[in-house]
Amino acid sequence: MSITPRKDLLDIASLTNEEIEFVLANAVPFKDLFKRSVKKVPTLKGQTVLTLFYEPSTRTRSSFEVAANRLSADVTHFDIESSSVVKGESVLDTVETLESMRVDYIVVRHKQSGTPSLIAKNTRASVINAGDGWHAHPTQALLDAFTLREKFKDMRGARVLIVGDIQHSRVARSTSLIFRRLGMNVSYLAPGSMMPRETPEEVKLFGNWADALEWKPDVVYLLRVQSERMDEPFFPSAAEYHKNYGLTDARVQILRERGLWLMHPGPVNRGVEITDQGMNYEKSLINQQVENGIAVRMSVLYWLKPGAV
Amino acid sequence: MTEPPDKLRQLLDAAGVARCLDEIAAAMDARWKGEEKIALVGVYRRGVPFARALAERLRARGREVDFGKIDITQYRDDLQTMTVLPKLEGSELGFDLDDAVVILCDEVIYTARTSRAALDELLDFGRPRCVQFAVLVDRAGRELPLQPDYAGIRVDLTPNERVSVRFADGDGRDEVFVRPWPQKTT
Repeated sequence: MSITPRKDLLDIASLTNEEIEFVLANAVPFKDLFKRSVKKVPTLKGQTVLTLFYEPSTRTRSSFEVAANRLSADVTHFDIESSSVVKGESVLDTVETLESMRVDYIVVRHKQSGTPSLIAKNTRASVINAGDGWHAHPTQALLDAFTLREKFKDMRGARVLIVGDIQHSRVARSTSLIFRRLGMNVSYLAPGSMMPRETPEEVKLFGNWADALEWKPDVVYLLRVQSERMDEPFFPSAAEYHKNYGLTDARVQILRERGLWLMHPGPVNRGVEITDQGMNYEKSLINQQVENGIAVRMSVLYWLKPGAV
Repeated sequence: MTEPPDKLRQLLDAAGVARCLDEIAAAMDARWKGEEKIALVGVYRRGVPFARALAERLRARGREVDFGKIDITQYRDDLQTMTVLPKLEGSELGFDLDDAVVILCDEVIYTARTSRAALDELLDFGRPRCVQFAVLVDRAGRELPLQPDYAGIRVDLTPNERVSVRFADGDGRDEVFVRPWPQKTT
């Protein structure tokens, strides 16, 4: 299978099934590379990848940087904290500066939905959305799908229960979409205040663990509870959230008895969405998600091409 | 799509391919006499069945042979200009490359850009004692200073011709032919 390169990766919704398949399939040989003594290929030699993070994120940013380094790209971080942005420079002024630097790839995270798309329209560089507001986090979705593909020979019909703040989660939005595109059944477990108002008809909604487990999921995907939400009236307290929606030790035991896979996009809030015992659960895929994130991001960088349509 | 027969010119039929394979395998066997083991590494795509066919012949001669394949896509020097991207097949070397005698195998050498990429990639897997290069067809027109150590036939063609190789292993029959190849107009 061969495919036409795309300029930007902004969300999952705009990808064709062939493009999803292409990125996931190519991530396999990129992951094989990690076993070699030289974990590097010259694919992006001479290209510059710039990380532009308006929101802090050590993990995602590092993952992109390692991915770009392993493709032999030159990687630069645009330091928002010490840049003119704090002096009031607009996003488009920053993009103009980056255009003058002739960077080839811009990896953007922004709290405002749509900012990566705005940047993409104003630069020749390939733009990768590394998370924008509540909107999308496409590389997280691709790495989640890749991780489950390593466990399920046929993903069609497999059941994933996504637990937590669905309403405010770009991860839930993108990951739920890619799982459904790949033929999986998806359900949500969330407090009423965190359940989206509108959900696709095929997504089952649950308000408590007992009902959700009755649905017989194969995978439990915990979302991170955003710390800023803890001061908002979405749930009474972290302890209350943990009791009702977290993966308590007793629930870990149920997962163990049923042999369910466990996922989390990280970083975890221990004692809120998951316990220490949950972190040590033998069928947790959290570390694989991190490793696969590099391979999938390499695959995305291989596919995108600056200046393409 | 199959080319109309009158536009194809056959260089080798199945018997000719078999004869070339026999000669190359014999030359490798003679060159590495006394060596316990050699490794054949096929360059994806048709270098793989080529290497496999040579490995079979060497094993028939009682020689132990390691076998692997490499996909050079990640090492190509024209990725940034390609309008269609190939799916990666991945490389598989199921043996320790350090101190091994390795023979890279590809069906055709022409400009040598693929051979350069293959050599670069191979050396990222380890440090072989020696690397040689075998091809079924050595076509004149090098753009880089690399030459094969073993070649079935040597040909000199015009730039608007292309050598196509088929192997029974994958294509249904062994055959080498020349077909028209439209040149880009500048």
